[in-house]
Parts: sequence; structure tokens; C-alpha cells
Amino acid sequence: MKYCKDLKIVAAEYPSDGYVLLRLTDNEPLGEILGGQFVEIRVDGTADTFLRRPISVNYVDRKNNELHLLIQIVGDGTKQLSSLKAGDKLNVLFPLGNGFTQGKSGEKVLLVGGGVGIAPLLEYGKQLREAGATPVFLLGGRSKRNLLMLDRYSEIGEVYVTTEDGSLGEKGFVTQHSCLKTLCEAGSDIRISVCGPKPMMVAVARFAKANNIRCEVSLENMMACGLGACLCCVEKTVKGNVCVCKEGPVFNINDLTWQI
Amino acid sequence: MADISVKIAGLEMKNPVMTASGTFGYGLEFADLVNLEEIGGIIVKGTTLNPREGNDYPRMAETPHGMLNCVGLQNKGVDYFCRNIYPQIKDIRTNMIVNVSGSCPEDYAECAARINELENIPAIELNISCPNVRQGGMAFGVTTEGASQVVKAVREAYNKTLIVKLSPNVTSIADIARSVEDSGADAVSLINTLMGMSIDIERRKPRLSIKTGGLSGPAIRPVAVRCVYQVAHAVKIPVIGLGGIMNAEDAIEFFMAGASAIELGTANFIDPAISVKVAEGIDSWLDRHGCKSLNEIVGVVE
Ligand SMILES: Cc1cc2nc3c(=O)[nH]c(=O)nc-3n(C[C@H](O)[C@H](O)[C@H](O)COP(=O)(O)OP(=O)(O)OC[C@H]3O[C@@H](n4cnc5c(N)ncnc54)[C@H](O)[C@@H]3O)c2cc1C
Ligand SMILES: Cc1cc2nc3c(=O)[nH]c(=O)nc-3n(C[C@H](O)[C@H](O)[C@H](O)COP(=O)(O)O)c2cc1C
Ligand code: FES
Repeated sequence: MKYCKDLKIVAAEYPSDGYVLLRLTDNEPLGEILGGQFVEIRVDGTADTFLRRPISVNYVDRKNNELHLLIQIVGDGTKQLSSLKAGDKLNVLFPLGNGFTQGKSGEKVLLVGGGVGIAPLLEYGKQLREAGATPVFLLGGRSKRNLLMLDRYSEIGEVYVTTEDGSLGEKGFVTQHSCLKTLCEAGSDIRISVCGPKPMMVAVARFAKANNIRCEVSLENMMACGLGACLCCVEKTVKGNVCVCKEGPVFNINDLTWQI
Repeated sequence: MADISVKIAGLEMKNPVMTASGTFGYGLEFADLVNLEEIGGIIVKGTTLNPREGNDYPRMAETPHGMLNCVGLQNKGVDYFCRNIYPQIKDIRTNMIVNVSGSCPEDYAECAARINELENIPAIELNISCPNVRQGGMAFGVTTEGASQVVKAVREAYNKTLIVKLSPNVTSIADIARSVEDSGADAVSLINTLMGMSIDIERRKPRLSIKTGGLSGPAIRPVAVRCVYQVAHAVKIPVIGLGGIMNAEDAIEFFMAGASAIELGTANFIDPAISVKVAEGIDSWLDRHGCKSLNEIVGVVE
């Protein structure tokens, strides 16, 4: 079931410069939301923030009935979202998309995130844990200040980190991290879920393919309706053009036509 | 409670609000979010005789008070529609209307003929005005001869209500409307999107994969109102108005310009339940202004 309603802001937090974490709640229980699904937020205001903005579900706090969104401020719309205060209302269309593959008891899943793409991995990691699976995080950022709320991730699973400037964890890109050797050595039973900038996802997909590891990626194509109605957000797949908002945002790399 | 029901040739609608083609899928996508049966009519995705993959990504760009799109009529073809989609939508109790496109008069006619067989599709909307397909589409909509040729071919193959959707990207939309009326159309709808372009100045590249696309949303509303006004004065058949309508007041503007009914497009992306809200808003506007029926305001602007 999808909803379009005004949610109330419980708190707007600022985990680092250029980011806002919105905690939203509703009078009714939030309903089923899968890790990797997203919402579309209405940003009323200027002429240039006419369409809704797609944002991943970062975390669902069932105890307090809260939906968390981690947003990087990149333009007009996200800037307006960062100026919201506790008590404000936000019109949200949710939950949208397919979400990551649901966890199976006993399996190990490597969750690779880059930049703000780490956002959906928190809820997904939590759901994997609840299903009896073991999530392991490999998170990359330009520098320390782009890697937010790492303590939240380590509550759920092991966390490995890379930064491009070496300010935290190993220096370099996620695909260079030494943990990959042991985690993904031949015969190990692991699969990978990735969300981040496209070049990073392509690099991880290439690594996964070369090592014969099952891998899914979460895409961020430009969207209008978010419901599979307008066909604006399509990605080329082996089945032709499909809507990222409805049949995605999560795709198995073998279904995409990326050059990997 | 004013009387807001309308009749357009054989098409009876409980209210004058329809959803525009390409912006509301097959209706099913919105089923959780709005009561489909409270909408006057649902015009489904552009359908062609043969399947089409559409254009490459990126297909959209946000622009001031609107958006550009170049979807390019992606659809699985009319046979797929009849076999797989129609069974899912035929029992929705509103007017389910199919938007038909093609690249030659024969294709349009053949596509219309197949839809003619579907009992619960009371009308088609002929898209002779799509700006996003390289051959065909728009080419027919921009000359009186081309428009007339397509409409005549379809009229022979189709015996229910035939709506023809017009392009604003022409020198005289009134001339096109007249030729469409003379060729057997039961109604016209307008406007389709306006041709536009947007450039990403950092990348020094167009934002859309095929460079140009169709502009929709409130940015085009004054152009649409002007077109509706001119066409309503040029033809006797009913005019369906659209282009940038976001609320009931916008819709009233179109009725006053001469529209008998309206369609909502891009507005569905902002508020998926907008169609029902606009229908209710029209009703209460009429009540507030002491009008007993919608007819009292249609075409009041001389
Ligand atoms: C499924 C999905 C999930 C997302 N999840 C998150 C999230 O959890 N946190 C987060 O901070 N961001 C997320 N994004 C990206 C976010 O939607 C955009 O950053 C946002 O829409 C930009 O809006 P704006 O008005 O601030 O910027 P605009 O002024 O619209 O654009 C500023 C810059 O952002 C780029 N941009 C705009 N829209 C997108 C987009 N859809 N994808 C990528 N870049 C875009 C533009 O090209 C431009 O360079 C997600 C996008 C998608 C499609
Ligand atoms: C994403 C998108 C897809 C569209 N696809 C079609 C189509 O397949 N056939 C058609 O006749 N019009 C199509 N249109 C045009 C709309 O039906 C409508 O004429 C136009 O958007 C203007 O109305 P609006 O400003 O209310 O959106 C499309 C518009 C958009 C935004
Ligand atoms: S955004 Fe409309 S179909 Fe995906």
C-alpha cells in the first residue's frame, strides 16, 4: 500500500556540514517499508522546485514510529528541506520502489556505500539482521566529514571504511579495501548490495562480476512521478527500458547493460 | 451541488476532469492514492500499433514552473494493451480512454480499429501532436492536410467517440482544429506539450537525450488558455482544455475560455489525488458563485 500524506517533523538534525537528517512521524503506524525503498517529498517554494524530490529511506524506528531521511544539500530543493524545523509538516509519497533483496537466515551480505549512498544501507542492514542474516558494511567517502553516523552502522554489523584523503579508515576507493580479499575469497558465500555514485557502483559491479559474486545496485535516475506512470526514469536493461522508480531502484547487475 | 456532469459526443462523464495521457499510466499505478472511479475519465498512455522502446535516458528535466520530457511514446503496442492491460482496467467504473499514436495514417487506423473492438473503451484520443518522435506524430499535427488525412483514416475505422489532440507548435491552431472537425472528429483536446530545450551549462550539453522535448506544467498555462479560446471560437465540436492546470481555479479559467472539460497532466506528479480534488473544487466554486451548472460558465469570455 502506498500513501501520500503530511508527516510531522519530530526533529531536524545536522550530522555534518551540508547534510540534514529529518526524523518524521505520523499518527498511524508507518506500515511496511523495505530497506532500499524510497519516498518522494513535496518541496513547495521556488519555481525550480516544482517536482517532488526522491530520497531513500534511511531508517525506520518502529518503537517511536519514525521515518528517517538522510539528505545531502546539493541544490534548491534539498536546501529548503534543510531549513525545516521540528513541528513542520512535510508531504511524503511512500514507500516507493522494490527495495534490496530480502535477507535469508544465515547468509552474509556485504553492503557497499559511497557518499550519501550509505543512507539506505542502514535500514537494509537492520532488516538483514532481523532476518537472521549477517550484514557487513564497507563505506567510502571523499573524506571523514562525508561519512556520517558510523556508530549507527556499527551497532548493526562490522564496518570497514575508506576515504579518498585517508582521513578515516584505509585511503583510496572502496574497491581497494583490504577486507575484500578475505570477505570475498573463492568459495566464500557472500552477496553484495551497493548504493553510491555511478562510477563507484560500476567499479564494485566489475569486481563482483570478476569474482562471480551476486551483486545488486541501487540507481538514482531522475524522476517525476515515482509511480511507474510517466516513464521518465528508465534504465536500459536486458528486458528493454524499465522504470527505475517501480522495477528498481535496485537491480541485479546482470540485468543491466553496463559495460563491466 | 452544481451539475458538473458533461457529455462529449457519446462520452458521458460524471465530472469534467480527466487525467492526461502519459502522466497517469493506466490508472492502476495511482489506485492506492486516489479513488479512480471519482475521476471523470482516465486517458491512458500513448499506444501505437507496434511496440516502441522510446528515447534514451535522460528523458526529463525540471524547468521553471514545469518540466521537459522526451519519453518518445514508449509502449508495448496495441496487441499487448488489448491482451494484458485491458483486462485489468476494463472494470474500473470511469471512462477509460486510449491515447493513440502512429507514424502513418494506416498505423493510426489499424490501432484504432483494434481498440474499437474493446467494449469498455468508450473513446480514443488521437495524438497527432507528439513532439518527441522523429518521424510521424507531430508531422501530422502541424499541417491541415496531414491532420485531416489521419483523422479521416481513423474515422473510417473507429465508430465511438473520437477526440483529436492538437499541438500548440503550429502557426494557426484554429486552422488545424477546423480541418480536424471537417474530417470527422467528435471533439478536440489541447494543448499537447510545447517544444522546448534546456542546457546543462557545466557539462555544455542538452539535458535531454534527444536535445529537445515537450514542456508541460504551469509554465505553459497562458499559452494553453489562448489556444483553447481561439479553437473554441473556430469550431462547433466540444473542446477539452489542458496545459498547466494545477487546481480548480485554473480549470475554471479554461471553462471560461470555452472548454467543456479539462485534463490534468503534470499536476498528477505533484499530488496524485489532484484530479478528485479539482473536481470537488470546481463544484464548490460553482456553488460559491451561484451557478447551478458548469454550462453557465463555459465560454463566457467572448
Ligand atoms: C531513488 C533515489 C534515492 C535517493 N536518495 C537520496 C538520499 O537518501 N539522500 C540524498 O541526499 N539524495 C538522494 N537522492 C538524490 C536526490 O534526489 C537529489 O539530490 C535531489 O533531488 C536534488 O534536489 P535539489 O533540488 O536539491 O537539487 P537540484 O537543484 O534539483 O539539482 C542539484 C544537483 O543534483 C542533481 N540531481 C538532481 N536530481 C537528482 C537525482 N534524482 N539523482 C541524482 N542527482 C540529482 C542535479 O543534476 C544537480 O547537479 C536520491 C535519488 C533517487 C532517484
Ligand atoms: C511525461 C509525459 C508524458 C506524456 N506522454 C504523452 C503521450 O503519450 N501522449 C500524449 O498525447 N500526450 C502526452 N503528454 C502530454 C500531456 O498529456 C499533456 O498534453 C501535457 O503535459 C500538458 O498538460 P499539463 O501541463 O497539465 O501536463 C505527456 C506529458 C508528460 C509530462
Ligand atoms: S518517475 Fe515516473 S515512471 Fe519513474
